[in-house]
Amino acid sequence: MKRIVDYLKSLLLLELAAGLWVTLKYLFKPKYTLRFPMETIPRSVRFRGLHALRRYPNGEERCIACKLCEAVCPALAITIDSAPRASDGQRRTTRYDIDLFKCIYCGFCEESCPVDSIVLTDILEYHMERRGENIITKPQLLAMGDRFEKSIAANRAQDAAYR
Amino acid sequence: MNDALIFGLTLGKILAVAVPLIIAVAMYVWWERKVIGWMHVRMGPNKIGPFGLLQAFADVLKLLIKEIIVPTNANRFLFFTAPLLSVIPALAVWAVIPFNGGGFVVSNANAAVLYVLAMSSLGVYGIILAGWASNSRYALLGSMRSAAQMISYEICIGMALVTVLVLAGSLNFTAIVEAQAGSKGLFDWFWLPLLPMFFVFYISGVAETNRLPFDVAEGESEIVAGFHVEYSGSAFALFFLAEYANMILMSFLISLLFMGGWLSPFQGWHLGWFSQPGWWWLFAKFFVFATSLLWLRATFPRYRYDQIMRLGWKVFIPISIAWIFVAGIFRFFGVVTIGH
Repeated sequence: MKRIVDYLKSLLLLELAAGLWVTLKYLFKPKYTLRFPMETIPRSVRFRGLHALRRYPNGEERCIACKLCEAVCPALAITIDSAPRASDGQRRTTRYDIDLFKCIYCGFCEESCPVDSIVLTDILEYHMERRGENIITKPQLLAMGDRFEKSIAANRAQDAAYR
Repeated sequence: MNDALIFGLTLGKILAVAVPLIIAVAMYVWWERKVIGWMHVRMGPNKIGPFGLLQAFADVLKLLIKEIIVPTNANRFLFFTAPLLSVIPALAVWAVIPFNGGGFVVSNANAAVLYVLAMSSLGVYGIILAGWASNSRYALLGSMRSAAQMISYEICIGMALVTVLVLAGSLNFTAIVEAQAGSKGLFDWFWLPLLPMFFVFYISGVAETNRLPFDVAEGESEIVAGFHVEYSGSAFALFFLAEYANMILMSFLISLLFMGGWLSPFQGWHLGWFSQPGWWWLFAKFFVFATSLLWLRATFPRYRYDQIMRLGWKVFIPISIAWIFVAGIFRFFGVVTIGH
Protein backbone atom coordinates (compact mmCIF):
# COMPACT_ATOMS: atom_id res chain seq x y z
CA MET A 1 0.00 0.00 0.00
CA LYS A 2 2.76 2.39 0.95
CA ARG A 3 4.51 1.59 -2.30
CA ILE A 4 1.42 2.47 -4.27
CA VAL A 5 0.99 5.77 -2.40
CA ASP A 6 4.65 6.58 -2.94
CA TYR A 7 4.37 5.73 -6.62
CA LEU A 8 1.34 7.97 -7.05
CA LYS A 9 3.06 10.76 -5.15
CA SER A 10 6.06 10.65 -7.44
CA LEU A 11 3.86 10.30 -10.52
CA LEU A 12 1.82 13.37 -9.61
CA LEU A 13 5.02 15.37 -8.97
CA LEU A 14 3.70 16.58 -5.61
CA GLU A 15 7.12 17.16 -4.09
CA LEU A 16 8.29 18.99 -7.17
CA ALA A 17 5.25 21.25 -6.93
CA ALA A 18 6.11 21.97 -3.28
CA GLY A 19 9.62 22.97 -4.35
CA LEU A 20 8.27 25.19 -7.11
CA TRP A 21 5.98 26.88 -4.60
CA VAL A 22 8.96 27.72 -2.39
CA THR A 23 10.90 29.36 -5.23
CA LEU A 24 7.78 31.19 -6.36
CA LYS A 25 7.44 32.73 -2.90
CA TYR A 26 11.08 33.79 -2.98
CA LEU A 27 10.56 35.41 -6.38
CA PHE A 28 8.48 38.15 -4.76
CA LYS A 29 10.47 38.58 -1.55
CA PRO A 30 12.47 41.75 -1.01
CA LYS A 31 16.03 41.26 -2.20
CA TYR A 32 19.05 41.22 0.08
CA THR A 33 21.39 42.68 -2.53
CA LEU A 34 23.28 45.83 -1.58
CA ARG A 35 24.12 48.06 -4.54
CA PHE A 36 27.65 48.25 -3.22
CA PRO A 37 29.31 51.43 -4.38
CA MET A 38 26.09 53.37 -3.80
CA GLU A 39 24.99 51.55 -0.65
CA THR A 40 27.14 50.22 2.18
CA ILE A 41 26.33 48.35 5.32
CA PRO A 42 26.46 50.44 8.50
CA ARG A 43 29.84 50.13 10.24
CA SER A 44 30.50 49.94 13.96
CA VAL A 45 32.36 52.83 15.60
CA ARG A 46 34.83 50.18 16.76
CA PHE A 47 35.50 49.03 13.21
CA ARG A 48 39.22 48.46 12.67
CA GLY A 49 40.17 49.54 9.19
CA LEU A 50 42.96 51.60 7.66
CA HIS A 51 45.42 53.32 10.02
CA ALA A 52 45.85 57.03 10.70
CA LEU A 53 48.03 59.26 12.90
CA ARG A 54 46.12 62.02 14.67
CA ARG A 55 47.10 65.57 15.61
CA TYR A 56 46.11 67.83 18.47
CA PRO A 57 43.68 70.63 17.62
CA ASN A 58 46.60 73.08 17.51
CA GLY A 59 48.16 71.09 14.69
CA GLU A 60 50.90 69.40 16.75
CA GLU A 61 51.26 65.72 15.99
CA ARG A 62 50.30 63.51 18.93
CA CYS A 63 52.91 60.82 18.48
CA ILE A 64 55.78 61.07 20.95
CA ALA A 65 57.77 58.11 19.61
CA CYS A 66 57.28 56.00 22.74
CA LYS A 67 57.32 52.93 20.48
CA LEU A 68 54.74 51.10 22.57
CA CYS A 69 52.79 50.30 19.41
CA GLU A 70 55.89 48.91 17.75
CA ALA A 71 56.53 46.75 20.80
CA VAL A 72 52.96 45.48 21.14
CA CYS A 73 52.38 44.79 17.45
CA PRO A 74 52.00 41.00 17.19
CA ALA A 75 52.67 40.99 13.45
CA LEU A 76 55.74 43.29 13.62
CA ALA A 77 54.06 45.51 11.06
CA ILE A 78 55.19 48.83 12.60
CA THR A 79 58.69 50.25 12.19
CA ILE A 80 59.62 53.42 14.07
CA ASP A 81 62.80 55.55 14.10
CA SER A 82 63.01 58.55 16.38
CA ALA A 83 65.23 61.57 16.92
CA PRO A 84 65.03 64.96 18.68
CA ARG A 85 63.17 67.40 16.51
CA ALA A 86 65.40 70.05 14.98
CA SER A 87 63.17 72.99 15.87
CA ASP A 88 62.64 72.43 19.60
CA GLY A 89 64.48 69.24 20.53
CA GLN A 90 61.29 67.28 21.31
CA ARG A 91 61.38 63.53 20.91
CA ARG A 92 59.56 62.75 17.66
CA THR A 93 59.44 60.00 15.07
CA THR A 94 61.51 60.41 11.94
CA ARG A 95 60.00 57.32 10.41
CA TYR A 96 56.68 55.63 11.09
CA ASP A 97 56.01 52.82 8.61
CA ILE A 98 53.16 50.33 8.69
CA ASP A 99 53.26 47.32 6.42
CA LEU A 100 49.61 46.73 5.50
CA PHE A 101 50.41 43.21 4.32
CA LYS A 102 51.74 42.27 7.75
CA CYS A 103 49.11 44.14 9.74
CA ILE A 104 46.34 41.94 11.12
CA TYR A 105 44.15 44.88 12.19
CA CYS A 106 44.05 43.69 15.82
CA GLY A 107 43.93 47.23 17.16
CA PHE A 108 46.63 46.65 19.81
CA CYS A 109 48.58 49.70 18.61
CA GLU A 110 45.56 51.89 19.20
CA GLU A 111 44.98 50.33 22.65
CA SER A 112 48.60 50.78 23.67
CA CYS A 113 48.96 54.39 22.50
CA PRO A 114 49.16 56.73 25.53
CA VAL A 115 48.34 59.83 23.47
CA ASP A 116 45.67 58.40 21.13
CA SER A 117 47.92 59.07 18.19
CA ILE A 118 47.78 55.90 16.09
CA VAL A 119 44.16 54.90 15.40
CA LEU A 120 42.34 52.51 13.14
CA THR A 121 39.73 54.31 11.07
CA ASP A 122 36.56 52.70 9.75
CA ILE A 123 37.84 52.78 6.15
CA LEU A 124 37.96 49.36 4.60
CA GLU A 125 37.93 50.09 0.86
CA TYR A 126 41.50 50.70 -0.26
CA HIS A 127 43.92 49.09 -2.63
CA MET A 128 47.51 49.15 -3.84
CA GLU A 129 48.53 49.37 -7.46
CA ARG A 130 52.30 48.94 -7.28
CA ARG A 131 54.74 46.94 -5.22
CA GLY A 132 55.83 48.92 -2.19
CA GLU A 133 52.56 50.80 -1.80
CA ASN A 134 51.64 48.35 0.93
CA ILE A 135 54.03 50.20 3.25
CA ILE A 136 52.42 53.44 4.35
CA THR A 137 54.69 56.15 5.72
CA LYS A 138 54.37 58.84 8.31
CA PRO A 139 53.24 61.66 5.97
CA GLN A 140 50.55 59.37 4.52
CA LEU A 141 49.35 58.38 7.97
CA LEU A 142 49.24 62.01 9.12
CA ALA A 143 47.36 62.96 5.97
CA MET A 144 44.84 60.23 6.69
CA GLY A 145 44.45 61.59 10.19
CA ASP A 146 43.95 65.15 8.93
CA ARG A 147 41.46 64.06 6.34
CA PHE A 148 39.27 61.91 8.57
CA GLU A 149 39.81 63.62 11.94
CA LYS A 150 36.13 64.47 12.21
CA SER A 151 34.85 60.92 11.89
CA ILE A 152 37.74 59.52 13.96
CA ALA A 153 36.98 61.92 16.81
CA ALA A 154 33.24 61.26 16.56
CA ASN A 155 33.76 57.49 16.69
CA ARG A 156 36.11 57.78 19.69
CA ALA A 157 33.66 60.06 21.52
CA GLN A 158 30.80 57.64 20.96
CA ASP A 159 32.82 54.71 22.26
CA ALA A 160 34.42 56.58 25.21
CA ALA A 161 31.68 55.69 27.68
CA TYR A 162 32.43 51.98 27.35
CA ARG A 163 36.19 52.18 27.89
CA MET B 1 5.13 36.97 -59.86
CA ASN B 2 8.67 36.62 -61.05
CA ASP B 3 11.23 34.51 -59.30
CA ALA B 4 13.28 37.41 -57.93
CA LEU B 5 10.25 38.85 -56.15
CA ILE B 6 9.36 35.52 -54.57
CA PHE B 7 12.95 35.05 -53.51
CA GLY B 8 13.02 38.52 -52.00
CA LEU B 9 9.73 37.98 -50.19
CA THR B 10 10.89 34.67 -48.74
CA LEU B 11 14.18 36.18 -47.67
CA GLY B 12 12.31 39.00 -46.00
CA LYS B 13 10.08 36.53 -44.18
CA ILE B 14 13.09 34.52 -43.03
CA LEU B 15 14.79 37.65 -41.72
CA ALA B 16 11.55 38.75 -40.07
CA VAL B 17 11.61 35.51 -38.08
CA ALA B 18 15.33 34.91 -37.57
CA VAL B 19 16.44 38.39 -36.47
CA PRO B 20 13.73 38.80 -33.78
CA LEU B 21 14.51 35.24 -32.72
CA ILE B 22 18.17 36.06 -32.10
CA ILE B 23 17.20 39.21 -30.22
CA ALA B 24 14.66 37.14 -28.28
CA VAL B 25 17.44 34.74 -27.31
CA ALA B 26 19.43 37.67 -25.90
CA MET B 27 16.42 38.96 -24.00
CA TYR B 28 15.65 35.44 -22.80
CA VAL B 29 19.15 35.12 -21.36
CA TRP B 30 18.64 38.43 -19.57
CA TRP B 31 15.22 37.31 -18.31
CA GLU B 32 16.67 34.00 -17.14
CA ARG B 33 19.35 35.73 -15.12
CA LYS B 34 16.77 38.16 -13.72
CA VAL B 35 14.25 35.48 -12.72
CA ILE B 36 16.83 33.16 -11.23
CA GLY B 37 18.33 36.13 -9.39
CA TRP B 38 14.95 37.07 -7.97
CA MET B 39 14.34 33.51 -6.87
CA HIS B 40 17.73 33.53 -5.16
CA VAL B 41 16.66 36.78 -3.43
CA ARG B 42 19.23 38.62 -5.55
CA MET B 43 18.61 41.30 -8.13
CA GLY B 44 20.19 39.82 -11.21
CA PRO B 45 21.94 41.98 -13.80
CA ASN B 46 21.05 45.64 -13.22
CA LYS B 47 24.10 47.63 -14.25
CA ILE B 48 24.25 47.63 -18.06
CA GLY B 49 21.38 49.59 -19.53
CA PRO B 50 18.02 50.12 -17.81
CA PHE B 51 17.31 47.11 -15.55
CA GLY B 52 20.43 45.49 -17.00
CA LEU B 53 18.60 44.97 -20.30
CA LEU B 54 21.78 45.31 -22.35
CA GLN B 55 23.65 42.72 -20.27
CA ALA B 56 23.06 39.94 -22.80
CA PHE B 57 24.29 42.12 -25.66
CA ALA B 58 27.41 42.95 -23.71
CA ASP B 59 27.96 39.22 -23.14
CA VAL B 60 27.52 38.52 -26.85
CA LEU B 61 30.02 41.24 -27.71
CA LYS B 62 32.48 39.75 -25.26
CA LEU B 63 32.05 36.27 -26.75
CA LEU B 64 32.48 37.54 -30.30
CA ILE B 65 35.77 39.32 -29.64
CA LYS B 66 37.25 36.38 -27.77
CA GLU B 67 39.72 34.00 -29.33
CA ILE B 68 38.47 30.59 -30.42
CA ILE B 69 40.93 28.10 -28.97
CA VAL B 70 41.21 24.85 -30.92
CA PRO B 71 42.65 21.92 -28.97
CA THR B 72 45.86 20.59 -30.54
CA ASN B 73 44.56 17.16 -31.48
CA ALA B 74 41.07 18.25 -32.37
CA ASN B 75 39.64 17.58 -35.79
CA ARG B 76 39.57 21.16 -37.01
CA PHE B 77 36.93 20.72 -39.70
CA LEU B 78 34.45 18.91 -37.47
CA PHE B 79 35.33 21.15 -34.56
CA PHE B 80 34.03 24.14 -36.50
CA THR B 81 31.20 22.25 -38.21
CA ALA B 82 29.64 21.08 -34.95
CA PRO B 83 28.41 24.46 -33.68
CA LEU B 84 26.96 25.17 -37.11
CA LEU B 85 25.25 21.78 -37.15
CA SER B 86 23.58 22.58 -33.87
CA VAL B 87 22.58 26.15 -34.67
CA ILE B 88 21.31 25.63 -38.22
CA PRO B 89 18.52 23.17 -37.32
CA ALA B 90 17.65 25.32 -34.31
CA LEU B 91 17.03 28.26 -36.65
CA ALA B 92 15.67 26.29 -39.60
CA VAL B 93 12.91 24.73 -37.54
CA TRP B 94 11.29 28.15 -37.20
CA ALA B 95 10.29 27.99 -40.86
CA VAL B 96 7.09 26.12 -40.06
CA ILE B 97 6.07 27.81 -36.80
CA PRO B 98 2.98 29.97 -37.41
CA PHE B 99 2.56 33.12 -35.35
CA ASN B 100 -1.09 33.91 -35.97
CA GLY B 101 -4.19 32.63 -37.70
CA GLY B 102 -3.68 35.00 -40.61
CA GLY B 103 -0.84 32.87 -41.89
CA PHE B 104 2.28 34.67 -40.77
CA VAL B 105 4.54 31.71 -41.26
CA VAL B 106 7.59 31.31 -43.50
CA SER B 107 6.30 28.02 -44.91
CA ASN B 108 2.86 26.70 -44.05
CA ALA B 109 3.97 23.11 -44.67
CA ASN B 110 1.53 20.25 -44.40
CA ALA B 111 4.03 17.97 -42.68
CA ALA B 112 5.20 20.70 -40.31
CA VAL B 113 5.21 18.50 -37.21
CA LEU B 114 7.39 15.91 -38.94
CA TYR B 115 9.73 18.68 -40.06
CA VAL B 116 10.05 19.92 -36.49
CA LEU B 117 10.80 16.40 -35.26
CA ALA B 118 13.41 15.93 -38.00
CA MET B 119 15.12 19.23 -37.30
CA SER B 120 15.22 18.75 -33.55
CA SER B 121 16.74 15.30 -34.13
CA LEU B 122 19.43 16.85 -36.31
CA GLY B 123 20.54 18.95 -33.36
CA VAL B 124 21.95 15.78 -31.78
CA TYR B 125 24.60 15.56 -34.51
CA GLY B 126 26.01 18.92 -33.57
CA ILE B 127 26.36 17.79 -29.98
CA ILE B 128 27.90 14.40 -30.79
CA LEU B 129 30.34 15.92 -33.27
CA ALA B 130 31.29 18.66 -30.83
CA GLY B 131 32.14 16.08 -28.21
CA TRP B 132 34.01 13.85 -30.61
CA ALA B 133 35.90 16.54 -32.52
CA SER B 134 37.18 18.20 -29.35
CA ASN B 135 39.29 15.12 -28.61
CA SER B 136 38.58 15.55 -24.92
CA ARG B 137 37.29 12.94 -22.49
CA TYR B 138 34.96 15.31 -20.72
CA ALA B 139 33.48 16.57 -23.96
CA LEU B 140 32.98 13.05 -25.30
CA LEU B 141 31.32 11.84 -22.10
CA GLY B 142 29.10 14.91 -22.02
CA SER B 143 28.07 14.57 -25.63
CA MET B 144 27.31 10.86 -25.20
CA ARG B 145 25.15 11.53 -22.18
CA SER B 146 23.37 14.37 -23.85
CA ALA B 147 22.83 12.44 -27.08
CA ALA B 148 21.45 9.39 -25.26
CA GLN B 149 19.12 11.62 -23.30
CA MET B 150 17.92 13.57 -26.34
CA ILE B 151 17.27 10.42 -28.34
CA SER B 152 15.32 8.81 -25.48
CA TYR B 153 13.17 11.83 -24.91
CA GLU B 154 12.56 12.37 -28.59
CA ILE B 155 10.60 9.12 -28.48
CA CYS B 156 8.40 10.51 -25.71
CA ILE B 157 7.96 13.74 -27.65
CA GLY B 158 7.06 11.78 -30.77
CA MET B 159 4.49 9.71 -28.86
CA ALA B 160 3.00 12.82 -27.29
CA LEU B 161 2.80 14.40 -30.74
CA VAL B 162 0.98 11.33 -32.05
CA THR B 163 -1.81 11.86 -29.51
CA VAL B 164 -2.16 15.45 -30.69
CA LEU B 165 -2.21 14.30 -34.30
CA VAL B 166 -4.87 11.67 -33.52
CA LEU B 167 -7.14 14.37 -32.11
CA ALA B 168 -6.36 17.09 -34.65
CA GLY B 169 -6.10 14.84 -37.69
CA SER B 170 -3.41 16.96 -39.27
CA LEU B 171 0.34 17.53 -39.26
CA ASN B 172 -0.04 21.22 -40.03
CA PHE B 173 0.34 23.59 -37.09
CA THR B 174 -2.34 25.98 -38.29
CA ALA B 175 -4.78 23.07 -38.63
CA ILE B 176 -3.81 21.75 -35.20
CA VAL B 177 -4.51 25.13 -33.62
CA GLU B 178 -7.77 25.51 -35.56
CA ALA B 179 -8.81 22.09 -34.23
CA GLN B 180 -8.62 23.52 -30.72
CA ALA B 181 -11.09 26.30 -31.50
CA GLY B 182 -14.49 26.06 -29.87
CA SER B 183 -16.93 27.75 -27.56
CA LYS B 184 -15.74 26.47 -24.19
CA GLY B 185 -12.74 28.77 -23.84
CA LEU B 186 -9.54 27.18 -22.69
CA PHE B 187 -11.34 23.90 -22.03
CA ASP B 188 -11.46 23.32 -25.77
CA TRP B 189 -7.71 23.11 -26.00
CA PHE B 190 -5.89 19.80 -26.16
CA TRP B 191 -4.27 20.07 -22.74
CA LEU B 192 -7.48 18.84 -21.12
CA PRO B 193 -8.14 15.59 -23.02
CA LEU B 194 -4.37 15.01 -23.26
CA LEU B 195 -3.44 16.18 -19.75
CA PRO B 196 -0.84 13.44 -19.04
CA MET B 197 0.63 13.99 -22.51
CA PHE B 198 0.81 17.70 -21.83
CA PHE B 199 3.06 17.03 -18.85
CA VAL B 200 5.01 14.32 -20.68
CA PHE B 201 5.61 16.69 -23.58
CA TYR B 202 6.61 19.53 -21.29
CA ILE B 203 9.04 17.46 -19.23
CA SER B 204 10.44 15.76 -22.33
CA GLY B 205 10.86 19.17 -23.89
CA VAL B 206 12.95 20.24 -20.91
CA ALA B 207 15.03 17.07 -21.26
CA GLU B 208 15.28 17.48 -25.03
CA THR B 209 16.77 20.95 -24.68
CA ASN B 210 19.22 19.69 -22.02
CA ARG B 211 17.88 22.10 -19.46
CA LEU B 212 17.76 21.66 -15.73
CA PRO B 213 16.81 19.39 -14.03
CA PHE B 214 17.91 17.21 -16.96
CA ASP B 215 21.16 18.93 -17.88
CA VAL B 216 23.48 15.98 -17.28
CA ALA B 217 25.27 17.12 -20.44
CA GLU B 218 27.06 19.52 -18.14
CA GLY B 219 28.06 18.46 -14.67
CA GLU B 220 30.53 20.91 -13.18
CA SER B 221 31.88 18.41 -10.69
CA GLU B 222 32.27 15.51 -13.12
CA ILE B 223 32.63 16.59 -16.75
CA VAL B 224 32.91 20.37 -16.47
CA ALA B 225 30.76 21.89 -19.23
CA GLY B 226 30.05 18.69 -21.14
CA PHE B 227 30.16 18.72 -24.92
CA HIS B 228 31.15 22.37 -25.24
CA VAL B 229 33.94 22.30 -22.69
CA GLU B 230 36.60 22.96 -25.36
CA TYR B 231 34.66 25.70 -27.13
CA SER B 232 35.22 29.37 -26.59
CA GLY B 233 34.33 32.66 -28.20
CA SER B 234 31.83 32.74 -31.02
CA ALA B 235 31.79 28.93 -31.45
CA PHE B 236 30.52 28.66 -27.92
CA ALA B 237 28.10 31.48 -28.61
CA LEU B 238 26.54 29.39 -31.39
CA PHE B 239 25.90 26.47 -29.02
CA PHE B 240 24.44 28.93 -26.58
CA LEU B 241 22.23 30.42 -29.26
CA ALA B 242 21.06 26.97 -30.35
CA GLU B 243 20.20 25.92 -26.80
CA TYR B 244 18.16 29.03 -26.07
CA ALA B 245 16.51 29.03 -29.50
CA ASN B 246 15.46 25.43 -28.78
CA MET B 247 14.04 26.45 -25.42
CA ILE B 248 12.02 29.19 -27.07
CA LEU B 249 10.92 26.69 -29.72
CA MET B 250 9.78 24.23 -27.05
CA SER B 251 7.73 26.96 -25.39
CA PHE B 252 6.14 27.82 -28.74
CA LEU B 253 5.47 24.16 -29.57
CA ILE B 254 3.73 23.46 -26.29
CA SER B 255 1.66 26.63 -26.72
CA LEU B 256 0.65 25.62 -30.23
CA LEU B 257 0.00 21.93 -29.64
CA PHE B 258 -1.65 21.90 -26.24
CA MET B 259 -2.55 25.45 -25.33
CA GLY B 260 -4.43 26.60 -28.39
CA GLY B 261 -1.73 28.75 -29.97
CA TRP B 262 -3.17 32.14 -30.85
CA LEU B 263 -6.68 31.25 -29.65
CA SER B 264 -8.02 33.23 -26.74
CA PRO B 265 -8.51 31.37 -23.45
CA PHE B 266 -11.93 33.06 -23.38
CA GLN B 267 -12.92 32.04 -26.89
CA GLY B 268 -16.65 31.71 -27.36
CA TRP B 269 -17.44 33.47 -24.07
CA HIS B 270 -18.35 36.71 -25.85
CA LEU B 271 -16.03 38.97 -23.89
CA GLY B 272 -15.45 41.24 -26.87
CA TRP B 273 -11.82 41.93 -27.66
CA PHE B 274 -10.76 39.48 -24.95
CA SER B 275 -12.28 36.54 -26.80
CA GLN B 276 -10.60 37.34 -30.10
CA PRO B 277 -7.71 35.18 -31.26
CA GLY B 278 -4.46 36.96 -31.98
CA TRP B 279 -0.68 36.67 -31.94
CA TRP B 280 -0.60 38.28 -28.50
CA TRP B 281 -2.19 35.19 -26.95
CA LEU B 282 0.48 32.98 -28.53
CA PHE B 283 3.22 35.22 -27.20
CA ALA B 284 1.63 35.40 -23.75
CA LYS B 285 1.50 31.59 -23.60
CA PHE B 286 5.05 31.37 -24.90
CA PHE B 287 6.16 33.80 -22.20
CA VAL B 288 4.52 31.75 -19.44
CA PHE B 289 6.15 28.51 -20.61
CA ALA B 290 9.52 30.10 -21.26
CA THR B 291 9.51 31.58 -17.76
CA SER B 292 8.47 28.26 -16.27
CA LEU B 293 11.61 26.67 -17.78
CA LEU B 294 13.67 29.20 -15.83
CA TRP B 295 11.57 28.50 -12.76
CA LEU B 296 12.47 24.82 -13.02
CA ARG B 297 16.13 25.74 -13.28
CA ALA B 298 15.98 27.86 -10.16
CA THR B 299 14.21 25.13 -8.20
CA PHE B 300 15.48 21.65 -8.94
CA PRO B 301 18.81 19.93 -8.54
CA ARG B 302 20.12 17.81 -11.40
CA TYR B 303 18.62 14.36 -11.94
CA ARG B 304 20.90 11.38 -11.69
CA TYR B 305 21.66 9.93 -15.10
CA ASP B 306 20.01 6.53 -14.52
CA GLN B 307 16.94 8.28 -13.09
CA ILE B 308 16.60 10.30 -16.27
CA MET B 309 16.75 7.15 -18.37
CA ARG B 310 14.28 5.37 -16.08
CA LEU B 311 11.87 8.28 -16.28
CA GLY B 312 12.06 8.40 -20.06
CA TRP B 313 11.84 4.71 -20.88
CA LYS B 314 9.89 3.20 -18.01
CA VAL B 315 7.44 5.96 -17.13
CA PHE B 316 6.87 8.32 -20.03
CA ILE B 317 6.88 5.90 -22.95
CA PRO B 318 4.33 3.48 -21.38
CA ILE B 319 2.08 6.39 -20.40
CA SER B 320 2.35 7.83 -23.91
CA ILE B 321 1.54 4.55 -25.61
CA ALA B 322 -1.46 4.04 -23.32
CA TRP B 323 -2.68 7.55 -24.00
CA ILE B 324 -2.47 7.10 -27.76
CA PHE B 325 -5.22 4.50 -27.36
CA VAL B 326 -7.18 6.78 -25.04
CA ALA B 327 -6.88 9.60 -27.58
CA GLY B 328 -8.02 7.22 -30.30
CA ILE B 329 -11.06 6.31 -28.21
CA PHE B 330 -11.79 10.00 -27.60
CA ARG B 331 -11.59 10.65 -31.29
CA PHE B 332 -13.59 7.59 -32.36
CA PHE B 333 -16.49 8.17 -29.99
CA GLY B 334 -16.41 11.93 -30.44
CA VAL B 335 -15.75 12.68 -26.76
CA VAL B 336 -13.63 15.68 -27.74
CA THR B 337 -15.06 18.26 -30.10
CA ILE B 338 -12.60 19.10 -32.82
CA GLY B 339 -12.81 22.59 -34.26
CA HIS B 340 -16.03 24.55 -34.37
